[in-house]
Amino acid sequence: MSEKRTGAQVMCEALIRNGVEVMFGIPGGAIMPFYYAMWEYRDKLRHVLCRHEQGAGHAAEGYARATGRLGVCIGTSGPGATNLVTAIADAMMDSTPILAITGQVGSHVLGKDAFQETDITGITMPITKHNYLVKRAEDLPYVFEEAIYIATTGRPGPVLIDVTKDAQQATIVPNWDIKLDLPGYKPNYRPNLKQVREAIKLILSAKKPLIIAGHGIIMSGAVEELRAFAERTRIPVITTLHGIGAFPEDHPLSIGMPGMHGWVHVNRAIQECDVLFNIGGRFDDRVTGKASTFAPNAKVIHVDIDPSEIGKNVKVTVPIVADARLALQAFLDEFPPDREAFAELHGHASDWMEHIREMQAKHQPKQQYLNRSDTANMSLPPHDVYAALTKALNSRGNYRVVTDVGQHQMWAAQLIDWYRPRTHITSGGAGTMGFAVPAALGVAIAHPNDTVWAICGDGGFQMTNQEMATIVQEGIKNVKIAVINNGYLGMVRQWQELFENKRYSGTPLSGPDFARLAEAYYWKGITVEHTGQVEAAIEEAYATDGPVLIDFRVEREVNVFPMVPQNKSIGEMILESPHQS
Amino acid sequence: MKKHTIVALVQDRPGVLSRVVGLIRRRGFNIESLAVGHSETPGISRMTIVVEWEDVEQVVKQLYRLIEVLKVSDVTNDPTVEREMALMKLHAPPAKRPEIVALTEVFDAKIVDVGANTMVIEMTGSPSKVQNFIDVIRPYGIREMMRTGRIAMVRGARGHTAEEYVESANGHAERVPAMN
Ligand SMILES: Cc1ncc(C[n+]2csc(CCOP(=O)(O)OP(=O)(O)O)c2C)c(N)n1
Repeated sequence: MSEKRTGAQVMCEALIRNGVEVMFGIPGGAIMPFYYAMWEYRDKLRHVLCRHEQGAGHAAEGYARATGRLGVCIGTSGPGATNLVTAIADAMMDSTPILAITGQVGSHVLGKDAFQETDITGITMPITKHNYLVKRAEDLPYVFEEAIYIATTGRPGPVLIDVTKDAQQATIVPNWDIKLDLPGYKPNYRPNLKQVREAIKLILSAKKPLIIAGHGIIMSGAVEELRAFAERTRIPVITTLHGIGAFPEDHPLSIGMPGMHGWVHVNRAIQECDVLFNIGGRFDDRVTGKASTFAPNAKVIHVDIDPSEIGKNVKVTVPIVADARLALQAFLDEFPPDREAFAELHGHASDWMEHIREMQAKHQPKQQYLNRSDTANMSLPPHDVYAALTKALNSRGNYRVVTDVGQHQMWAAQLIDWYRPRTHITSGGAGTMGFAVPAALGVAIAHPNDTVWAICGDGGFQMTNQEMATIVQEGIKNVKIAVINNGYLGMVRQWQELFENKRYSGTPLSGPDFARLAEAYYWKGITVEHTGQVEAAIEEAYATDGPVLIDFRVEREVNVFPMVPQNKSIGEMILESPHQS
Repeated sequence: MKKHTIVALVQDRPGVLSRVVGLIRRRGFNIESLAVGHSETPGISRMTIVVEWEDVEQVVKQLYRLIEVLKVSDVTNDPTVEREMALMKLHAPPAKRPEIVALTEVFDAKIVDVGANTMVIEMTGSPSKVQNFIDVIRPYGIREMMRTGRIAMVRGARGHTAEEYVESANGHAERVPAMN
């Protein structure tokens, strides 16, 4: 291909060469040449016009999280670029491979406070895995290749490319003969076998071993390997918020979620265990509680592809820098061949599991929460919504659930039954309200044959609900939104109730009539006010060939339990409000 | 908190200095001294960073997350040669000059400019020697002073050549495709 191309055409071709099929964005002056070129490639590159660049960013994240492929978002210079910032930060925290492309003012006015100029590479330096300012069209093929390679390999993450308007307009003969030159970037995928053997020795000597399965299992595609490993060793498996779906919750070895809103028996098991094998989780503080008191009796084995995660929050006995799937494969390969060697471990593991199940029976998390006595006289306890939704999801299958941030998010993680990877998508690291609706847009495009449920609070929903218009414009029919509407910024209100003497400062929240708002967007809108209407509403949502919003007007002051207060050990859980019985 | 001397090999790409500085800033630490310049290999720079850090290992690991960072070493406890340069413009009326010249000779410093009432002195040496000289000369009246910050090099065969990191440049890691 020795024909002349504009920089903008080169950008399109670079994306196509790397398998990109869809992009989310909003045009503007500094990115107009790219949009001009995009028109020629519109049969290969689908552009989805979002209503806010934050929405474009989250849509790219949703697409990436649902597929494991690169998500692409686009903004113009200045405000377009800064509107992408929240989503970029979110992607950084959750190791989501997205490419943000921004236009920049012409290189001759760079740094002169030109119209719509913002130093977006400076702004995003700490929240991108890497970023670039491109001022010459000749650099575009290389930069795009390198950027996409960096975003999607090792520990995935967001990469931003800022391209000056003149670089998009210049005509060049692109050089596609690209050899990446990255001496400082060599992610290590294969585990050190000496460390694997050391870890196996530790596991075989354990009496109370536990596996924590994190996001890395899903990102590396290690679900089968994890299952084989757990079954071979019979060690109980915990799944973190982002590990949800890494291990089926109906598996006899699955014990559930740990951490701030984790189950009592899971947190107690962590505090009691003697060997803790964390694969692809980063010991987030929402998992560990006060880190110095976390798993006090445990020797820790930590598998992470990012060396800087190892030893960051929790002291590690055996560190293993590797891809989670290749690490688990190595564990399976390195195990002693005779089943005898396992006999002792299996004996201990089954006693240990029995003990954990006893603790669980005492607290009966899911059942207890689904049939709480204190919700008996509420017209619509939120738990009833989750019970009905779970039933509908299980009976129909083919679902993806995107949650926003707040109480409804924790209830979803706790109360829905999770079986498969990439079916639960949420903002875990940054905790970005407004994530769900646009992310659901990206998920729905990636999986047009699945029903995509966005579960939102009434607060977060009001931050990005304008993407409902995008969903209609794109002809997307497989999105359903469930607003868990409690008239409060619920999670903050919960903290205020429990720790600030019910000083509800800044948390009571009004909204429009969400069902009517949905109608205004040409969606079907349904309002549900008591438990008796829940099932029918969900049925109607399924029966409708198009996007549907259900406004669940739930009891206003229900809390998420168990709860570990900030800065407490995960052994110190609150199980109910002090003033409720 | 202990003072640490870090030597880093980095690729010469736009923004690399601010990335390194930003990463340290993010943790709320103050950089006491920072010196950057070309290494023996084109395209690769060496940085010497002096900073008070409690958990140096973590920050070294974090620095490795930067794409352009090739090698980071905490050389605090290694045998090193450390140097710093200072330029001082002294208030130096003719009557005071003989004393200043004598001190300059004692410290092996250099007079690089003489004006009507000023002198510029160049002092190079270990950071403590530079500091000693400054302390001695200060009573004469320093009008302007500029210090380069510290540079450090590990003695003997230890240390790291840029070459080691460049040669394998194109052997980038295999891609492990995502599944599910
Ligand atoms: C963008 C953003 N702003 C503020 C917060 C802090 N915050 C965390 S949860 C929460 C309340 C969320 O309320 P709502 O969306 O109604 O959900 P609920 O907790 O009621 O389910 C707030 C304000 C946040 N996470 N993100």
